[in-house]
Amino acid sequence: MRFMSSGYIKQETDVLIIGAGGAGMRAAIAAYDSGSRVTILSKSLLGKAHTVMAEGGIAAALANVDSKDSWEVHFADTMEEGVYISNYRMAEILAKEAPDRVRELEEYGALFDRTPDGTIMQRAFGAHTYRRLCHVGDRTGLEIIRTLEDQILHRDIKFFDEFYVTKLLKDGERVVGAMGIKLNTGEFYVFSSKAVIIATGGCGRIYKVTSNSWESTGDGLGLAYEVGAELMDMEMIQFHPTGMVFPPGVKGLLVTEGVRGEGGILLNAQGERFMQRYSPKKLELDARDIVARANYAEIMAGRGTPHGGVYLDITHKGADFIKKKLPSMYKQFMDFAGVDITKEKMEVAPTVHYQMGGIRVDPESTATTIPGLFASGEVASGLHGANRLGGNSLADILVFGKRSGDGASAYSKGVPFGRIDEKEIEAEIERVKSFVGRDGLNPYTVAERLEENMSQNVGIIRNEEGLKKALSTIQELKELSKKVAVNGSLKYNKGLLQALELPSMLIAAEAIVRGALERKESRGAHARSDYPKKNPEMRKNIIYRKGVEGMILEWRPVPEMPEQLKKLVKEEEY
Amino acid sequence: MDSVTVSVYRRDPATEKEGRYVDYVVPREEGMVVLDAMKYIERHIDPTLSLRWNCMAGKCGSCSAEINNKPSLMCKTRIDSLKDGKIKVSPIAAYPLIKDLATDVSQNWDLLKRIPPFTPREGLERPWRISQVDIERSKEFKKCIECFLCQDVCHVIREHKAGYFGPRHVVKAASLDMHPLDSLDRSEFMNKDAGLGYCNITKCCTEVCPEEIHITDNAIIPEKERAVNAQYDPIAIFLRSRRKGGKR
Repeated sequence: MRFMSSGYIKQETDVLIIGAGGAGMRAAIAAYDSGSRVTILSKSLLGKAHTVMAEGGIAAALANVDSKDSWEVHFADTMEEGVYISNYRMAEILAKEAPDRVRELEEYGALFDRTPDGTIMQRAFGAHTYRRLCHVGDRTGLEIIRTLEDQILHRDIKFFDEFYVTKLLKDGERVVGAMGIKLNTGEFYVFSSKAVIIATGGCGRIYKVTSNSWESTGDGLGLAYEVGAELMDMEMIQFHPTGMVFPPGVKGLLVTEGVRGEGGILLNAQGERFMQRYSPKKLELDARDIVARANYAEIMAGRGTPHGGVYLDITHKGADFIKKKLPSMYKQFMDFAGVDITKEKMEVAPTVHYQMGGIRVDPESTATTIPGLFASGEVASGLHGANRLGGNSLADILVFGKRSGDGASAYSKGVPFGRIDEKEIEAEIERVKSFVGRDGLNPYTVAERLEENMSQNVGIIRNEEGLKKALSTIQELKELSKKVAVNGSLKYNKGLLQALELPSMLIAAEAIVRGALERKESRGAHARSDYPKKNPEMRKNIIYRKGVEGMILEWRPVPEMPEQLKKLVKEEEY
Repeated sequence: MDSVTVSVYRRDPATEKEGRYVDYVVPREEGMVVLDAMKYIERHIDPTLSLRWNCMAGKCGSCSAEINNKPSLMCKTRIDSLKDGKIKVSPIAAYPLIKDLATDVSQNWDLLKRIPPFTPREGLERPWRISQVDIERSKEFKKCIECFLCQDVCHVIREHKAGYFGPRHVVKAASLDMHPLDSLDRSEFMNKDAGLGYCNITKCCTEVCPEEIHITDNAIIPEKERAVNAQYDPIAIFLRSRRKGGKR
């Protein structure tokens, strides 16, 4: 560690990982195990990342419960759910490698629920052909985080928590490090590294009603976009069908799909099991976009509950079963809403849950389009296409987190450290400092207007008028975000952090809106009331990148599947 | 509009010798929790307030504080549950203060590093087979969200600084020791090196655990007993040596 005269601390590492959720931690373990020196940075305290909120399970075709399951079926489910714009190779890798990653997690100490003959138990989940989700009650994410955290702590991996990266550093075309501020001390750090992995999660926090926790502000999207990396499929935002609606403080908080997986049914205020109309065969366990839109339609048609949701009912399963299979849901409703779900129905409504799009990566190594820069987890794109299967995100962070660590480590062995420009560092420190210690527009005002704007105009059903309104508001907020300021110092200043997060939040929002305007069809999670049909011409990906005069969008064909994989997937219907 | 007054501890130890409580008035909402009020202050009254929160759902253990002197999660403390409507929010006292409500809990990572990690028995046949009943004990401890409220309430840590790792870490050790396929016994380490002997089982930790883990009965006492048995009881030593193959 060196303390530089211009007021920052310099560190050197082979692989630098930004983000310490499941993907970042799995990447750190992989990179370390392949012989690299590793540093991992976390915006929150270690072990608090949004992954802890994942409930339902990890999708992996172990075939412990349904012996007919195989990687081929998991692959086909993923491609079909992604409405044919997923990257086939990523789906193939996921389906093939998820079982190994689950078994490895078990060998790291995770304790999954068991089948009667002692193997890992698997539960049913929306749009999975077979019972496939390996789970730990309804707190699978917490088990993953604790298990990986343990592995990190017992390896010689450096970590900095409560750290916010403000900028990636380049030497020519190559990313050679990153810099930022240690929130709990207010110190600036510069990391010189041979490779950088972005694993910062999603951007759900740009919406008012979301299941996402505090850190999901699209930080990595902004970092990558600013150094010229390509983003993809940003218009695809998943609404989870069941978020809490009451009390107001927890509006949007997730009610796991596990409730429906274990037999929960949806009812409108008239007591009708309405999924029989929307999806007579798959009912409550149809794909998330279909169930979410059905819930939304019922509420809009005036058949909603007193707090503006629909009912989710699992009381018929009995108190013992519910407390055993869904313990944290039981507690969540008891603690926050005063509702006993073994006796009463839950009230639920759609909530922003997941960003299918993100940084475009190579399926094998997770390399981005910028040398030295890698990405995995929710911040990366390609695997989920237009819609994500429940349980595929936890599989994603393990499978591609590991590939990121391996990929970045291999890359780092073939390159020297880069040259870092002192002037660039000084300018960035000045930029961060310029927000602090003076009066100005409250950064939270800008964030709140953005959240309102996205929830109002870029929701579950979109149209041109709303999207145009959203875009002009975003342009206005971009200007306002330059005028924000906070009092106090650099140390543990949440207002400063919000000021620093705004540019990435606005980049994410702008991409979503521009892409949603561009995609004049309804496909997967993206639904347009003015273009309600799917359009065969638009079975393509939208690519986003930074141009001289702003954001550039480009349609790009979906990679063509090889014949042997094509045979596994149902042909697309229009 | 109906409102709530919250008295919040403010202090930057770098510049202020003493802390002070500042009253904030925030609008009341139905079903409101203390964190809702704190977020309102952060967003609308004073963005410089140092406050930790992540999930708002009792799943991450970030928003630990002392609410009316009781170690609690802000996100799970309903305002209408507080007596006389008085709300005083202070930082957890067991750790050094960073600023306002944020404390430095990093020493916990150093302690966790010292607890021997999960070490599976050798020669296990794959896939591993474990029966559901055997995972239940360890599973209870794995509910821990690392909020460190049990550490905060522990009088050994608060008053004596006697080198006791604290309840969170006993729970960690117990979760590993009770893993059906783990091959180590951490009880001696916990008693000798982690200061478990200082704990006089007052059960304060169990009372504040938001995950309702029976810390004292199910983690601390078994870890204490096992060490005692292993040290002094020849029969126990003999039985343990025979059970080494499987800790069921």
